Amino acid sequence: MRPDLLNHAPILIILLFLGGAMVAVLAGLLQRRLAQPWAVGITGSATLLSLFGLARVLQEGALRYQLGGWRAPIGIELIYDPLSAFLVVVICAVSLLVLIHGRRIVPEEIPGREVPFFAVALMLIGGLCGIVLTGDLFNLYVFIEIVSLSSYALLGIGTKRSPLSAFRYLVMGTTAGSFYLLGLALIFMRTGTLNMTDLAEILPFVSGQVPVLVGLAFILVGLSLKAAIFPLHGWLPDAYTDGCSTATALIAPLGTKTALYAILRFVFFVLAPAYGAGAAPIGTIVAYAGAAAIVWGSFMAMSQKELKRMLAYSSVAQVGYIALGIGLGSRYGLIGAVLHILNHACMKACLFLVTGNLRRNVGHSYLPNLDASVRREMPWSMAAFCVAAISMIGLPPTAGFFSKWYLALGTVEAGQWPLLVALLVSTLLNGVYFFRIFEQVYLKPAREGASGREARGEAPLSMLVPTLIFAVLLLILGIGNVYIVTTFLEPIWAGVL
Amino acid sequence: MMRSASSNLIVRVTARFVAPVIQIFALYVLFHGHYSPGGGFQGGVMIAASIILLRLALGNRETRPLISTAVATRGAALGALIFLAVGALAFRYGGEFLDYGMIPFSDDESMRRSHGILLIEVGVALACACALTAVYDDLGEAPGRGEERSGD
Amino acid sequence: MIDFFAEHYSHVCIVVLIGVGFFGMVGKRNLVKKLIGMSVLQSAIILFWLVAAFKEDATIPIVKDGVSPIVPEEYVNPLPHALMLTAIVVAVVTSGVAIALLVKIYRNYGTLEEDQILEQL
Repeated sequence: MRPDLLNHAPILIILLFLGGAMVAVLAGLLQRRLAQPWAVGITGSATLLSLFGLARVLQEGALRYQLGGWRAPIGIELIYDPLSAFLVVVICAVSLLVLIHGRRIVPEEIPGREVPFFAVALMLIGGLCGIVLTGDLFNLYVFIEIVSLSSYALLGIGTKRSPLSAFRYLVMGTTAGSFYLLGLALIFMRTGTLNMTDLAEILPFVSGQVPVLVGLAFILVGLSLKAAIFPLHGWLPDAYTDGCSTATALIAPLGTKTALYAILRFVFFVLAPAYGAGAAPIGTIVAYAGAAAIVWGSFMAMSQKELKRMLAYSSVAQVGYIALGIGLGSRYGLIGAVLHILNHACMKACLFLVTGNLRRNVGHSYLPNLDASVRREMPWSMAAFCVAAISMIGLPPTAGFFSKWYLALGTVEAGQWPLLVALLVSTLLNGVYFFRIFEQVYLKPAREGASGREARGEAPLSMLVPTLIFAVLLLILGIGNVYIVTTFLEPIWAGVL
Repeated sequence: MMRSASSNLIVRVTARFVAPVIQIFALYVLFHGHYSPGGGFQGGVMIAASIILLRLALGNRETRPLISTAVATRGAALGALIFLAVGALAFRYGGEFLDYGMIPFSDDESMRRSHGILLIEVGVALACACALTAVYDDLGEAPGRGEERSGD
Repeated sequence: MIDFFAEHYSHVCIVVLIGVGFFGMVGKRNLVKKLIGMSVLQSAIILFWLVAAFKEDATIPIVKDGVSPIVPEEYVNPLPHALMLTAIVVAVVTSGVAIALLVKIYRNYGTLEEDQILEQL
């Protein structure tokens, strides 16, 4: 790849998605079936570009891209360092697999609306990459709103209840965005800059003043609602359950995680010099909110009867893990949090794709009605479900074990024993609600004459292959986690302190 | 059930007279965007306002053939693509994205940036006008029909 | 007390607007009224940014031909105004998406009152 093209890699990735969304609208009006292949093509090229960009960043160091030729801190800059390059690869790769899976199921769940669906999905992925790449706080607001608006639109089509859940999500999410803007106004008034690195330098001089503290509080509350940290998670269960399968599979692994990444950047890179990473009360509040999310989410997930709703509550718990890692402020906490972002994206995507397979072939995902006939008809899908479930519970050698291990090490390092107890309790609770499904599918005999519907067999290849790729990826990420930690994650901590 | 024309003659004549004036003022606002209040979004909204005024006063049956929903949807995408194309043109001449100072419009750097901004604002105005018209068309239909639309 | 209001009347008005917006979102049962409350909240925050741009005895940020050197204290800060253009566009698009969702809700449930919709669920 021409090296001068790679110099523009960060903006090119975002442009590919935004331009691709516009062309999808134009092309899809001609021929409706072109929408999905075009979306897959754009996401595939963006994944390739992000891989080349990651290789370049690892070789030559971080790249700061000034938009419009205006130098920072006056202009908007994009920060392309190993962490953000790595997360862009994760976002593009996960979206690619989900969009490939969507080829069969999107026309079946929402007939006639594939063109707007895939166009808005491309804008969503572009916005996600933008959140990860930007180095300017107002640009972050714009990208967060792009992601949120695309989420409201994608989650609003589907069942009869989905517009209502999406409307509730919209009102709460817009309030959160307004809080973020309010906090940013207070900080801008006191420091005069919107650039993240510049703000990190200026903040120690103004850190005691009341407007700055209030502004920081508003910003963190706004971002926490977007990330669905307990107790600001109320929009999540309804919105994720009522959206169509591909929309949930696209938004659940990535949407809240990028908001958590924004919080991570804010706490560690902007606040760190002034307030010290992990200094109370910001770190303590976030960590304990995370612990409450873990316990509450796991309890609520146990009592759900529908698979998608259970996975939504489990997402609340997983967000709690990452928040706990961020709030700890220690080295292992940070590594565990970022590793869990990566692992959770793969796990949740795999689980929601399996839910899509189930809904298509068995007709429902209602847990009490699942029995061994599901295992016989869809062996590969249920195998992928098993691997992902084991990873969610946190058993070696899957990826989930290692991220929880680092988080546990982080709690020990920071000396916060209640958080360690919360981690262990939640692992047990996760085991409860996943083993319940295993018992029904693998141990319970099939009911006689249960299927009034004809047996549709295993999911078609375009839906099965992405599911299996995610499952294999979980094993590879687990076994290779040392490489990931040393190459991508340890340098961040060196850059923080 | 398409919205029918207003039965009041004064409303119809006034709308027909005022709409072109609004559009000329919108062009004025658009062209003055880069050094005085105004710009692409404001101009686009005013153009959309003139189109919606005509739709309200003269009825959908008369005004739909002039700017149909399909044209509006394509126009919105096209406007955004103009924006991205002008920004990407800067790549060709060695600058970063949106670096109009490198595109050879004229000799003076500030005039180069001024022309670049003007082109971008034209794209934005087109996108805004068409998008708002398409939104009005979509929302203005009677509830309960639930027909399939193929656009955004 | 009166001096406080006289000096900071713009901030007081913005706080009142934020309160009105929240009351609309939380206290009203009609979904359209909730949407209006949210819109009022967004407008209040946009106004707060514009208040931040103001300077005493400053004029609009357009430089007349031939004036040099340019003294920054004489011109209002144009950056928050430019940023708030973007925020206004975001607010407009949010309202558009919200109204489209409300139309769909009305088609599905036949009503826009929240308690009647909750009965139907």
